[in-house]
Amino acid sequence: MTTLLSLSGIAKRFDNGVEAIARMDLDVAQGEFLSLVGPSGCGKSTALRIAAGLVPATGGTVRWPIGRPGIGFVFQDATLMPWADVLANVRLPLDLRHADRGGAQDRAARAIARVGLSGFEKAYPRELSGGMKMRVSIARAVAAQPRLLLMDEPFAALDELTRQALNDDLLRLAREDAMTVIFVTHSIYESSYLSSRVVVMTPRPGRIAADIRLAPPPLRDQSYRLTQEFADAAGKVSAALRSAMQPGAAERGAA
Amino acid sequence: MKGAAAYILPALLGVAALALWEFLVRLYDVPVFLLPAPSAIGTALAGNFASLLDSLWVTLQVTWLAFAIALAGGLALAVLFARSRTLEASLFPYAVILQVTPVIAIAPLILIWIGYEHVERAAVVIALIVAFFPILSNATIGLRSVDPDLMDLFRLYGASSWQILWRLQLPGALPYILTGMKISGGLALIGAVVAEFAAGSGAATGLAWRIVEAGNRLEIARMFAALALLSLAGILNFYLLTGLEWLLLHRWHESAAKTRR
Repeated sequence: MTTLLSLSGIAKRFDNGVEAIARMDLDVAQGEFLSLVGPSGCGKSTALRIAAGLVPATGGTVRWPIGRPGIGFVFQDATLMPWADVLANVRLPLDLRHADRGGAQDRAARAIARVGLSGFEKAYPRELSGGMKMRVSIARAVAAQPRLLLMDEPFAALDELTRQALNDDLLRLAREDAMTVIFVTHSIYESSYLSSRVVVMTPRPGRIAADIRLAPPPLRDQSYRLTQEFADAAGKVSAALRSAMQPGAAERGAA
Repeated sequence: MKGAAAYILPALLGVAALALWEFLVRLYDVPVFLLPAPSAIGTALAGNFASLLDSLWVTLQVTWLAFAIALAGGLALAVLFARSRTLEASLFPYAVILQVTPVIAIAPLILIWIGYEHVERAAVVIALIVAFFPILSNATIGLRSVDPDLMDLFRLYGASSWQILWRLQLPGALPYILTGMKISGGLALIGAVVAEFAAGSGAATGLAWRIVEAGNRLEIARMFAALALLSLAGILNFYLLTGLEWLLLHRWHESAAKTRR
């Protein structure tokens, strides 16, 4: 497996003295769907931002062995420009790169169709539901055809049904575009459903407590949630998370 | 309140008040140099229409010119402030001092410097002083109120600082800037009037000067006529800016969109 991203000895201490990440070593392979799971404030979002280059680490190195790929980022909020319609929002990454106008228009329209929002190109964010806004946000990320997709608890604020539908759409997009995905969540079931690998982090300062390989079927749908394999996967993640939450877990994780 | 009622009710009230005013003035035979009846004011307005309209135009030109300079300068300085905290920290206190010092007290000084033969120029400067601050402070807050996640997204996609300003900060600041513009639009008119009052004589030809002149001659009806036009100018400016605000915001911003729902 080719390593796409390699974090070694990553540490982060904020200006106010809070130590978010103690020491984090993580190699992400190309094509992986990796979930970072942990309690609130364990530094998983910070790790994602460090990987994206949005926040500098205070220790350690971020390496891209086969070159830095195009990166898409999806935030917990849809983070759309309220003054721009859906098409203009999705086109943003292409516009910022000065892609030619006609091509950008077509690619944005295709991305909108892929998240099932055809017909809403001229709608403004305020006219959309939370789930639709998140779809626009995902369309914006994939429109730029990134090889690495970073997602920071993107579906945390959505209702369960919307969330499950978006889980399936995300899996389809990742497979079709052969994207590597790093997905931050605090949901055991979401990480178990989506991921080929779940990395569990300890409470602040975050360290890696467990690294669990899962083997979900490549093509799965809602029926997978009822299988014994899914229950086993969720059980493993749940157990790892519970032991990571226990006092002293941070030291064991570092060992 | 439903559409038409919002216009009809105040209009009815206005007509009723004018009728009562006319009736009381006639009933008690109030001298015209104290309180002229609306009909007398109308006659004065019609009789001096050409000269009053000229004056209105002068006042509007002063107001609009000062407003335009305040808008351009306020926005430019706000953009610099949004880039440099040091610059903001050094200059902002002086902008505040200029704002809190009553403009009527500065006006004579400015008139002396610019000269009583150029009252219009002094009026533009005085109107500019009062109109500048609301645009500067609102635009500065607006430019800084960018969603930090959106800012991260722009940085992730390698946006230049020009793209960040043009595509992110300015559109996001628009509701703030328009609020500042509505305040400044009213203040610019006040500044234009204050300047002419402070001049008191000289080469002024704006509406404020018509009021001073009519007052000196105890032509109270003409005073009221000029006053009515001055109100009209203020209302005109307010609705122009409200219309602009609606045009720019109604598709996406709750403040402007709510009236539509």
